[in-house]
Amino acid sequence: MTTPPEPPAVQHTEPVPPGVRDGLRRAGRSLLRDVPALISVAVLVLLLLAALLAPLLAPHDPMRTYAEGLSARGAPVPPGGDFPLGTDPNGRDVLSRLLYGARVSLTIGVVANGLATLVGVTAGVVAGYFGGLVDTVISRITDMVMSFPILLFCVALISVTGPSQRNVVLVIALVYWTYLARVIRGMVLSLREREFVTATRTLGVGDVRIMVRHILPHLIPAIIVYATLGVASSILIESSLSFIGVGVPVPEASWGQMIDDGRRYYEVAPWLLFAPGLCLIATVLAFNLAGDWLRDLLDPTAPERR
Amino acid sequence: MTGWVLRRIGQMALVLLGVVTLAFLMAYAVPGDPARLIAGPNADAATVASIRHQLGLDAPLWSQYTAFLGRLARGDLGTSYALHGAPVAEQLAQALPTSALIAVGGIVWQLVLGVPAGIVAAYRPKSAADRLATLGALIGLSAPPFWVGLLLLYYLAYRFSIFPLNGLGDPLWWYLALPTFTLGLAGAAWYARMTRAQMLEVLRSPYIQMARAKGLRERTILTRHALRNALTPLITMIGMDFGYFLGGVLIIESVFGLPGVGKLTYDAIDQLDVPIVTGAVLVAAFFVVVMNFLVDLTYAVVDPRVRNRR
Repeated sequence: MTTPPEPPAVQHTEPVPPGVRDGLRRAGRSLLRDVPALISVAVLVLLLLAALLAPLLAPHDPMRTYAEGLSARGAPVPPGGDFPLGTDPNGRDVLSRLLYGARVSLTIGVVANGLATLVGVTAGVVAGYFGGLVDTVISRITDMVMSFPILLFCVALISVTGPSQRNVVLVIALVYWTYLARVIRGMVLSLREREFVTATRTLGVGDVRIMVRHILPHLIPAIIVYATLGVASSILIESSLSFIGVGVPVPEASWGQMIDDGRRYYEVAPWLLFAPGLCLIATVLAFNLAGDWLRDLLDPTAPERR
Repeated sequence: MTGWVLRRIGQMALVLLGVVTLAFLMAYAVPGDPARLIAGPNADAATVASIRHQLGLDAPLWSQYTAFLGRLARGDLGTSYALHGAPVAEQLAQALPTSALIAVGGIVWQLVLGVPAGIVAAYRPKSAADRLATLGALIGLSAPPFWVGLLLLYYLAYRFSIFPLNGLGDPLWWYLALPTFTLGLAGAAWYARMTRAQMLEVLRSPYIQMARAKGLRERTILTRHALRNALTPLITMIGMDFGYFLGGVLIIESVFGLPGVGKLTYDAIDQLDVPIVTGAVLVAAFFVVVMNFLVDLTYAVVDPRVRNRR
């Protein structure tokens, strides 16, 4: 029996992204081989469930002060009994606040970073594609924003606009879009010189269509990776802002703010530090590991992001 | 070279002007009336109006902007709302040495922790040591510094009383050990990643193959040949970090109660003392831009190719 000859390799003018089903199968296989990535995805799924089901899972009202949540001397109650993870200095249930805090962290992380990605990709593509004055203006703006230390800049902006969930999201997006814009711009600079772009342009296709239909698909792997890593940074910044006291306003629960609540009592109530801190580090680590795994999987040769 | 330096200074001035403009708009956009804040709740409308006039807050945006630029040029960052009208520049200048100490200490920790980890990881990629170093770096990157700082305080200062709880004292390095370590831990991850990537790059290059072919010991190749080239990009990171840290390490300084720029800003936020906050932001951005320039200048001196590139 003779094997049929291999069909000749088809020469594409542009590399075709592999099919979605094929990609998913590849992702599944690689996930099973990569233990840290597998754990991190599991953590993220659990976190999502915790956030979605918080009203069902939480044993108490996260914002209510319980009389039995404070000892006779007004100190927080240690873990056990009615309050599995103890109470905070205001007599509120730590476990319930932790679950609702997952909602806040995830929402802010995902929404802020989604906005930053949208703006960053648009700015990066436009700057890289058009070059010239447009590029200069956008690049100088990113230079300026990046001259400010991230946290200090966010703090200053919020102290001006007033703390609220919406402002935290906007401020994080306002700072973070620059990082993606810079990476994307670099990629587009080399993409726009490729033959398939020249060919499409020769056919009379408009700039917007070239950018959206022909350049953007090549950026998708990098965007997925940076968006995942970006959620980690956004959650970290949100928790820092809440810790400083300019993040999510009380009595809404946020992990950073719970740690801030705990810091004045850590000598007598160290559990106030452990629970939210462990949740925070697990979440951020999971997003970072997932991002690294995606980077290996999709192999965008993009440089690492600071 | 002179042409390059002049062009680079021009760019720096442009970015600085943008930064200043941003800071001005930020201060201008503040809701609430600073004049009312200074006058106090019991002042009548006429007093508030006269204070507003004194501060130039009733002038049009454009003339306020030029006045702001003029004051900046004389090193005047305005006066604090909360600290009895103390000059912001003076407050910042008092706090700056503490922040500089923390910055230097943090950078030393970053180098001490990050660079060896990166070298070990790059020496045998995909080995157990590499995986451990990479995972360690990722954990360092993911741990919120305020949490790490509080844990260190709880165990090493409170439970086991090895280190002082907060503030500064004698000997200074003893009081700075925990805060600078906390600061360095997060940054060390970046140094490790950078070192690893650079080492891998360098170890692949022909001159290393040449050194191997000559039969040099692996250790000599690593320390004498590879390391020197691999670590040059760290200059950028050190320079930038020094700029960023001088702007005050808000969280570390507040957790450990250190009287630096960060603590000053932290306290100012509580009291809505916007001049201090914008002043700190301006100073920080100024240092970052200047450090950026100095880093580029260093490269240009060391490597002539940089000057000829646009």
